[in-house]
Amino acid sequence: MENLSYLFVAYSIIFAAIVLYVMFLWRRQARLDSRLRGLEIQLNEIRDELAADQPKPMTTASRSVS
Amino acid sequence: MGTKAAYWLGVITLAMMTAAIFMVFVYVPTEAQQGIVQRIFYFHVPCAWVAFAAFALVAISGGFYLWLGQQVWDDLAYASAEVGMLFCTLVLITGSIWAKPIWGAWWTWDSRLTTTLVLWLLYAGYLTLRVMANEVPQVGRLAAVVGIVAAADVPVIIVSVRLWRTIHPAVIVTRQGGHGLEDPRMIATLLVSMSAFTALCVWLLMLRFSTLRTTARIADLGRQLALAEAEMADRSGQVRGSS
Repeated sequence: MENLSYLFVAYSIIFAAIVLYVMFLWRRQARLDSRLRGLEIQLNEIRDELAADQPKPMTTASRSVS
Repeated sequence: MGTKAAYWLGVITLAMMTAAIFMVFVYVPTEAQQGIVQRIFYFHVPCAWVAFAAFALVAISGGFYLWLGQQVWDDLAYASAEVGMLFCTLVLITGSIWAKPIWGAWWTWDSRLTTTLVLWLLYAGYLTLRVMANEVPQVGRLAAVVGIVAAADVPVIIVSVRLWRTIHPAVIVTRQGGHGLEDPRMIATLLVSMSAFTALCVWLLMLRFSTLRTTARIADLGRQLALAEAEMADRSGQVRGSS
């Protein structure tokens, strides 16, 4: 079992690097997803407000009354 | 594509990696000359393979980006470069750890080692360019050119053990032709490890590509939001003006 420590260190580094990178990607994706959801909600609210402010198009009924 | 595919690929990758670890530590016989440290080879070679494949994908995606100008190709190139860089770093580290007990030195300026270090430095430059100049509109085109030029080092690394005098072992294809693995269990273990690392590389690419696509979507939504807010401000100004 000579040089077992080299083998142990090599495999530990490989697994640590992969696990850390996956965790980094997961956390980043989670942060981006929450930011994306926040922006979508904000945008929908403004669009709803803009749609509510829009002057209503005249219908045939309202035109005949006037 | 989405999260379901990424989830299942993650599960498959985990199963394949478990099988590869089992084969490396239990199934495969110990090499007679190098002893137990030779087992580093079963993860070192797959790391090199996926790093080269990822860098080749950087060049291909970069070419498509220069040709078509679509953001998706630039994102794929960026994701591939980052994943390739991870595996290239692992190749250099694990190679160094193997070299110490076998050669008696952590590093030697051998042709294969030097060309691999050059590749690492080129892609370190590529990623630095992406990070430092991310706001510059031409960064995608510049990075594509750097990515294509840097990938030209990959075939040089592959043939370096035959082109120059080197102490790096040529195991997959020896200098005399044929392969250097005497036991069929060694070949099987190497093939399983290569498959596991290929799956891992694709999975990591999917995850990284997904973050880049989400970032692009956020930028797009930010622009839409700014326009909507401008319209809102414009309308409230009109209302105030009329009253």
